[in-house]
Amino acid sequence: MEKRSVFGNRLLPYLLLAPQLAITIVFFYWPASQAVWMSFRIQDAFGIATEFVWFENYTELFKSRAYYEAMWTTVVFSSWVTVLSMGTALLLAVMADKQIRGATAYRTLLIWPYAVAPAIAGVLWLFMFQPSLGMVGRSLRAMGIDWNPLLDGNHAMILVILAATWKQISYNFLFFLAGLQSIPKSLIEAAAIDGARPARRFWTIVFPLLSPTTFFLLVVNVVYVFFDTFGIIDAITKGGPATSTQTLVYKVFSDGRLGGDLGGSAAQSVILMAIVIGLTAIQFRYVERKVTY
Amino acid sequence: MVEKRHWFFDTLPHVILCMGVFIVAFPVWLAFVGSTWDAATIANGQMPIYPGPHAAENYYRTLFVGAGRTTGQPVWLMMTNSFVMAITIAVGKIAISIISAYAVVYFRFPFRMAAFWLIFITLMLPVEVRIYPTYEIVAQLNMLDTYSGLAIPLIASATATLLFRQFFMTIPDELVEASKIDGAGPFKFFKDTVLPLSITTIAALFVIQFIYGWNQYLWPLLITTKPTMQTIVIGIKTMLVTQDALTEWQLAMTTAVLAMVPPVLVVLVMQKLFVRGLVETEK
Repeated sequence: MEKRSVFGNRLLPYLLLAPQLAITIVFFYWPASQAVWMSFRIQDAFGIATEFVWFENYTELFKSRAYYEAMWTTVVFSSWVTVLSMGTALLLAVMADKQIRGATAYRTLLIWPYAVAPAIAGVLWLFMFQPSLGMVGRSLRAMGIDWNPLLDGNHAMILVILAATWKQISYNFLFFLAGLQSIPKSLIEAAAIDGARPARRFWTIVFPLLSPTTFFLLVVNVVYVFFDTFGIIDAITKGGPATSTQTLVYKVFSDGRLGGDLGGSAAQSVILMAIVIGLTAIQFRYVERKVTY
Repeated sequence: MVEKRHWFFDTLPHVILCMGVFIVAFPVWLAFVGSTWDAATIANGQMPIYPGPHAAENYYRTLFVGAGRTTGQPVWLMMTNSFVMAITIAVGKIAISIISAYAVVYFRFPFRMAAFWLIFITLMLPVEVRIYPTYEIVAQLNMLDTYSGLAIPLIASATATLLFRQFFMTIPDELVEASKIDGAGPFKFFKDTVLPLSITTIAALFVIQFIYGWNQYLWPLLITTKPTMQTIVIGIKTMLVTQDALTEWQLAMTTAVLAMVPPVLVVLVMQKLFVRGLVETEK
C-alpha cells in the first residue's frame, strides 16, 4: 500500500529519519556486529591483544557441558511457563467471556500484574516462599516438605517458574479474551441448538477459532521467557544454586561479566541472535496473516 | 447460553475468576502487609495476614533515609531516576518514531525502503543479545551513569514506527491534497492534521512505553555504577544481596510496593488506552 499524494521535499525526509537511524546504527547495528566479530576472536590473559580463531569459540561452546545444561534449563523453564500461564489464562478468559455479572471488574482485577516489573515480581515470590520467614515457605516446611529454594535446584526452578508464570497470566488473559470476544456468538448458538454440550462446543468451535491467538501467544511467550525473565532470575536465584536456574541469556550475562570470557559470551550472543531472528520470522510469516482482532 | 443452566454452572465462573484474582493479588497483598510490620516480626516468621502498625515509619524511612545496612540511598531518589528514565524513553520513542514514520509514508526518496527495513530489523536485536558490546559503546561515549545513557540507547523503536506507519496509511489522501491546495507544506500538514489525528495512538503508546521504561532491569544494571543513579527496580536488588538474615525485608517490601504503584496506577487509570496500546503494538 502506498500513498498517492506525497510531498516533494528532497532533504527533509532524511532529516526526519536521522535521529532514529543514528540511534539504531550506533546502539543496535554496531554492537551487534561487534558481537559477531568478537565471537571469532579470543582475548589473551591480560586483555591486551585479541587473536582471530575462526570458530573456536563456537566449537568450545558446543563441547561444554555447561552450555547444554543452560539450554536444557531454558527449554524446561520456557515450556513450563508457557503451558502454565497460557492454560491458566485461557481458563480465566473462557470464564470471563461467559455473560456473567461483573465481567469488566474481573478484567480490571486480572490485567494489572502486566505493569509489575519482572524483577519486582521475583522479589514478591521470593518473600512468599522464603524458607525461614516466607508465609508459604514456612507452611510448606510445617507440612513436612524440606522446602529450600536457596539450596535445592529443583525448588529454585519451581520458584522462578511460578513467578514468571504469575507475571505473564495477565498478558495472555487479555489476548485470549480479545480472541474469544471476536468469535461470532451465532456460531456457538447454532451448535447449541444442534444439541452440542458446552464442552463439545468449546473443543469443536471455540478452540479451533482461537488457534491464531494461541499460536501468536505461543511465540510471544517463548520470547518473553527467553529474554524478559532475566530480572526474575537475577532477583530470585542469580542463576543458582550452582547453575540450576541459569538460562541461555543469564549465561551470556554471567560469563561475560564474572568469567570475563568475552569471546565465548559473544558467541553465545550470536546464537541467541539467530534464535530471535528465527522466532521473529515465524511470528511474521505465520501470525500476521491469520490473526485478526 | 441456550439451555437452562443449573445454578452450579452459574456460580462456577465466579468461583474460578475469584481464584484467579486471588492468585494474582495474593503476592502483592503480602508485600503490602510486609511493608507495614517491623523487621523482627518478619524475621521470626510471625508476620500475620493483615497489615501492622509500622507503615508510616517504614515508608518514611524507605523514602527519605534509605535502607541502613546497604547502600543507604533514599528511595525517592531512585524513583526520580526511574521517572526521568521512563518518561524520556516514552517521549523519545514516540517523537523519533512519529517523524520517521512520517518520512517513510509521506515522502518518496532513494533508499526509502532500505531505511524502513533498517529500523524494522532492530526488532530482532534485543539488548539481551548484545549486552557487552553495547555497554562498551556507551562507555566510550562517556554515557555511563547518566540519564542519557539510561534512556537514549533504548529509544529506537521498530514497533512504534510500524504502528505510526500503519496509522498514517489510514489517513485519507484527500486530506493531503486539500492541505496542499491550501498551500500547506509538510510541516504545517504534520502539525495541523497528522498530529491531532494521532493523539489517541500517541497516548496508547505512551502508556505502554512508560511501563516498559519504568520496568527496565538489565540495561540500568549494566550501565549504572553510582548508587545515586540507580533506578528503583535495580535498587531493590541491592537490598537483598546481604546475607539473608540481614535483609531488611520490611524495607525491601516497602520499596517493592513503591516500585509497583506508578506503573500499576497507569494501567488502572488508563485501562482503555493500555489495552489498545498493548493489542496494537503486538499486531
